[in-house]
Amino acid sequence: MKNDDIRASLMKRSRAAKNERFGKTLTGLCILIIITVVVSIFFFVASKGLATFFTNKVNLWKFLTGTIWNPGATDAQGNPQVGALPMIVGSFAVTFLAAIVATPFAIGAAVFMTEISPKIGRKVLQPVIELLVGIPSVVYGFIGLSVVVPFVRRTFGGSGFGILSGTFVLFVMILPTVTSMTIDALNSVPRNYREASLALGATRWQTIYKVVLRASTSGIITAIVFGMSRAFGEALAVQMVIGNAMLLPGNLISPASTLTSVLTMGMGNSVMGSLSNNALWSLALLLLIMPLIFNIIIRKIAKKGAIR
Amino acid sequence: MEKYDRSDRYLKQLDDGQHEIALATKDLHVSYGEKEAIHGVSLDFERFKITALIGASGSGKSTYLRSLNRMNDNISGTKVTGQIMYRGLDVNSNQIDVYEMRKHIGMVFQQPNPFAKSIYDNITFAPKRHGEHHKKVLDEMVETTLKQAGLWDQVKDDLKQSALALSGGQQQRLCIARAIAMKPDILLLDEPASVLDPISTATLEDTLLQLKENYTIIIVTHNMQQAARVSDYTAFFHLGDALEYDETRKIFTRPKIKATEDYVSGHFG
Repeated sequence: MKNDDIRASLMKRSRAAKNERFGKTLTGLCILIIITVVVSIFFFVASKGLATFFTNKVNLWKFLTGTIWNPGATDAQGNPQVGALPMIVGSFAVTFLAAIVATPFAIGAAVFMTEISPKIGRKVLQPVIELLVGIPSVVYGFIGLSVVVPFVRRTFGGSGFGILSGTFVLFVMILPTVTSMTIDALNSVPRNYREASLALGATRWQTIYKVVLRASTSGIITAIVFGMSRAFGEALAVQMVIGNAMLLPGNLISPASTLTSVLTMGMGNSVMGSLSNNALWSLALLLLIMPLIFNIIIRKIAKKGAIR
Repeated sequence: MEKYDRSDRYLKQLDDGQHEIALATKDLHVSYGEKEAIHGVSLDFERFKITALIGASGSGKSTYLRSLNRMNDNISGTKVTGQIMYRGLDVNSNQIDVYEMRKHIGMVFQQPNPFAKSIYDNITFAPKRHGEHHKKVLDEMVETTLKQAGLWDQVKDDLKQSALALSGGQQQRLCIARAIAMKPDILLLDEPASVLDPISTATLEDTLLQLKENYTIIIVTHNMQQAARVSDYTAFFHLGDALEYDETRKIFTRPKIKATEDYVSGHFG
């Protein structure tokens, strides 16, 4: 080939280069749309949710610590009664309790599936866990309503509706998530860690407890926080068993409510722009911020784990 | 690769009463599932000597080494038959407590694999697991093992720092220190220098020569100069058989078998 021809071909954009540019544009566009959607959701919820404080002049502190939720009415001083504390407490209570109950089961199942008997784990437990993930939350709620609630009523007294029932239902719901993420965390511990420990005469249990679980702690915590994030946002199943009383829960078996359950209950009964509607948006904003915080925690943990 | 007559073997027998045997295998077979990787290897290892296992990739030398303290037990589908004689006992039997046995037959791997703990905790990990909790004893143990592994002078001031902050060569010597903290009789090393630079390798070899006074060492290596430098005996593995076993000097100067000669002179492998 002549020098000029080579030069000409170098200056011309080839088909492959054009394809690449097209691909770049396409993927970039997808990302742009997703980001736009997320940002606009956030903006919308924030603008509505903040209206309670700016338009209706509700005190933020009173909103977070007030214990009476009755947005339609005002108290003796004429202040709107939008105290979200009962729901905030309810949400956190079911979330943490569900995580506390689920964690030992999840770790136990994950250790069995990765360390003790991977064969049975893959053949039997993996499909079971995947099935659990696929069950719609309304089914969980229905089972909770017809099995868990009567059980709690008979065993612990009360109406059966309450945080305890919510905990049981959420525990089963987040178990598969936490378990499968814990399995990933355990699997990511390099095999030579286990060999190093075994070659030193450590038993299998010592190896699991002192080496494998220690090395995967950050992954396991991430799994738990992820499960909590899911529990926090779950609405339907919890609403069906928690009793939906806007009262600060005094014990685990009296009816209570969560941020999500109040939202689903109240959504249809308020007029756009009214205080009761805005107050619900404020709850939604809280629900949006919390997973954000959970996510930040997860990232922090992952970063800390990576330096190890 | 040239075909060699695998019945053409020379395996030096050491059980003649003049050598003290620390470990011996009798007709050891190892198979992964259907495939047999080791076809009956019988070797004697002399006490307080370094024995090198050499051979091309896939010759089975690492598999053989890993069988000696039953690390292959952990790989599902692996079957090890034959005898591994240690102090008059066949340790390849169900009655043996594997965990106890591994205290006597320690192992260091190809990839340095310190735990994500401090240097101090790495060394005391195994002693603690086996019930040693006196701080004074542990402190002393850390010092002596690190000295034996040639690492003490470099790390004595920050024993609490993470083992992962050490260089590759230091990590490997830490792994050796960790292994000898259990005071094993026998130390198995699986290509311990393959990921190290020449200077670290030289330090490691010095360490091995010093350890020889108290330990019986069996080392798998790809590096023939290394085998020649550090070992007293050398076994040549080829396709799952030990074809030649003799004093290192003889293996490298006057091998008795064609395959060995070709391998040590670099004609295959």
